[in-house]
Amino acid sequence: MLDKQELEQNVKENKYIVFRLLDEEYGVEVNQVRSIERMQRITRVPRTPGFVKGVINLRGVVTPIIDLKTRFGLGEENYTETTRIIIVATDEMEVGLIVDSANDVIDISTDSIEPPPEVVGGIRAAYLEGVAKLQDRLLILLNLDKVLNSEELQQLGGMEK
Amino acid sequence: MDMNQYLEMFIEESKEHLQAINDNLLSLEQSPQDLEIINLIFRSAHTLKGMAATMGFEKMAHLTHEMENGLDLMRNNKLPVTEQVMDVLFRCVDILESQLADIIEKGTDSTIEIEDTLKKLTSVIEGKPTAEPSSPVQSDSVRAVCSFNSYEQTVIKESAANGKNVFLIRVVLDQSCVLRAARSYMVFNALENLGEIIKSEPSVEDIEEEKFDFEFKMVLVTDSDEETVKQAVLQVSEVSLAEVITIDPAKLETEQAMAEAAAAAATILPMNPVNPTAANSSEKDKPQAAGNGKQQVDAKKLSAGKSVRVDIERLDILMNLFSELVIDKTRLEQIARDSNNPELVETVEHMSRVSTDLQNIVMTIRMVPVETVFNRFPRMVRDLAKELNKKIDFEILGAETELDRTVIDEIGDPLVHILRNALDHGLETPEERIKAGKNDTGRLQLVAYHSGNHVFIEISEDGRGIDRNKILKKAIERGLVDSARAESYTNEQVFDLLFRSGFSTAEKISDVSGRGVGLDVVKSKIESLGGRVVVNSVLGEGTKFIIQLPLTLSIIQAMLVQISDEKYAIPLTSIIETANLKRNEIKSVHGQMVMDFRGRVVPLVYLDQVFSIPRSVPKDDEEENVVIVRKGDKLAALVVDSFIGQQEVVLKSLGKYLSGGIFGISGSTILGDGQVALILDCNALIH
Repeated sequence: MLDKQELEQNVKENKYIVFRLLDEEYGVEVNQVRSIERMQRITRVPRTPGFVKGVINLRGVVTPIIDLKTRFGLGEENYTETTRIIIVATDEMEVGLIVDSANDVIDISTDSIEPPPEVVGGIRAAYLEGVAKLQDRLLILLNLDKVLNSEELQQLGGMEK
Repeated sequence: MDMNQYLEMFIEESKEHLQAINDNLLSLEQSPQDLEIINLIFRSAHTLKGMAATMGFEKMAHLTHEMENGLDLMRNNKLPVTEQVMDVLFRCVDILESQLADIIEKGTDSTIEIEDTLKKLTSVIEGKPTAEPSSPVQSDSVRAVCSFNSYEQTVIKESAANGKNVFLIRVVLDQSCVLRAARSYMVFNALENLGEIIKSEPSVEDIEEEKFDFEFKMVLVTDSDEETVKQAVLQVSEVSLAEVITIDPAKLETEQAMAEAAAAAATILPMNPVNPTAANSSEKDKPQAAGNGKQQVDAKKLSAGKSVRVDIERLDILMNLFSELVIDKTRLEQIARDSNNPELVETVEHMSRVSTDLQNIVMTIRMVPVETVFNRFPRMVRDLAKELNKKIDFEILGAETELDRTVIDEIGDPLVHILRNALDHGLETPEERIKAGKNDTGRLQLVAYHSGNHVFIEISEDGRGIDRNKILKKAIERGLVDSARAESYTNEQVFDLLFRSGFSTAEKISDVSGRGVGLDVVKSKIESLGGRVVVNSVLGEGTKFIIQLPLTLSIIQAMLVQISDEKYAIPLTSIIETANLKRNEIKSVHGQMVMDFRGRVVPLVYLDQVFSIPRSVPKDDEEENVVIVRKGDKLAALVVDSFIGQQEVVLKSLGKYLSGGIFGISGSTILGDGQVALILDCNALIH
């Protein structure tokens, strides 16, 4: 009895926001997403790594913006009509992620998530939570805590004190 | 006539007059012959008397009347300004302040005893010396001090049955303790680590609002023993007495019954078993006479209703919502202009005026000048200097500097600590000073100023300075520092040792140890506010404490400048002036571009290079616009394309992600059009 209950709890479903970088689909857990914004003018912040595009005024809160493609080394920025900024929040930290498009919310059951392979599309496995296999698509689930590691930001950018 | 509507006004004005009297008494002490100051004090006292009498606060009126008598003699040269006179006058102000506090709380005349002081006052006026009655802290039976309701009794009984100790703890703070609420909070904290506080007298709310004198009691249920509890309380500095008594639940009941009977018997003037000698203590404990009790409650409600305490977080939300509104306002203005609809234009214009006013209010709600904390220091320094027999010239600069409310509330305690340290250990006695070839009067300075995203508060004195060798020796003794590496420590590292808790618990020994007392508390407090504290000291020349405090939210005056397509804000406090340089006015020294600024060679800082600002159109090099900024006595000329103008900006952090610090940038702000502009950190840009 008890085992079965536990089992059911373990395979519970989580909602994920699906977004696209180039040809691949990624997911972040919906409870980490604050909002999805259209592209807007970003104020450049000097002396930060290239993937930090700058800051925007998000309803009165100055929010840093990261270009996720540049972050993952997936090529140059190329902003179009579909480009979106996904505002995510972890550990009291709010950051906007620039993605090529964002238009889907899906349920993924935990048992369909597999540990990440060593390299996915050039992204280091450390940034990944896992890979979710759905019928005909593969969804790369991000580990936001790793992606938004600000210690690494300082090392990478060689930000001067 | 209903006086309540005037009460608020009375309170505000009385506060101002009392502060004025306090300040003027301090200056009178410096120049006792100055008739003008006596006149000022006289006038304040006179006004106070009039106001108090009109409001029906007889005791206050009485006391001020007597003060007036004395002051009148003084200004007619019939009473010399002696130390004794000054002491009594200061005492009067203290009592007036507590009277006012009572009025604020209850809305009626104060019940504080003034007879003692009045007697002293009259005898001084008549020229008789008075013996200062000593007021020893009395140690009464704890039981008599505290009564328990049936619920509390049950809790005590059950806790005792479960093998826990129940202690009644009486804490008496130093008479010199300025921030009593903060101290008691620290006591609470210390005790809460040991167990559960089930009761306190006065109530926690009253203690938080400093509605007590120098002592309070609480009941603690704990696993720890008596000694541990006592030590925990005594760890908090400025606690002069901690009395811990075990409560025996069996005894409690019989004693409680007796106490109740006794209280019922003493109907007219219930005895005050706590501390009968302290004239102004425990008035709040006394039950009000039945007749006017109700009325008093009503009056209190009325006066309390005029101000509201608001959660800072709500103000944050309000602020952010407001920024949104401002952006929409700008858009609406644009639309209205384009539409050519006069009615719309008119409405929008009105709306922008209203919202500008609103914005000012919203933005300033959180900001309080540090003056509110600073203005009690002159008096404290005076009293302490007197006590220590030291001559001190105390100066406050930048009291108008505004700080976030939350920070203001917290910063007083650490400042008291540092000031006391400076007076006690930093500055020498007049004899020592003369021996050291200094002026016999020590200089103590308290300075506040804005810099970028921070407020700095500096406390400096020209005392004996800190001997690094003594500190190192002590640190090695205590095992804080490896003796082999001690030599390589920088001064900064050495002085930082003073903030170690190992130092603070050190008792006596040398003049060094005193330096550290409680400094660990100071440091942790400042760090909990997100700030930093640094000590600079030169042996024989003095010591300077520099406290850096962040502004979670603040408004500063800034100059907006443009470089290529980017806008930056430069805090006005760093700016000396702006200038326009011709090409030939720029010289090169060792490859560094410099300019001549009134005879000084000032390096040019090309912001477009420092910040790698992209340029679509090459810059016209014929002339350069520069903003000359300073950091201490160092100058630099920041090269910009153009000046946009001066405006008030709201400081915003760059978010936690970028909190690691970006060179040359101290924060950001949101401009009227909704764009983010970065604020320059001039301190970082000047080498």
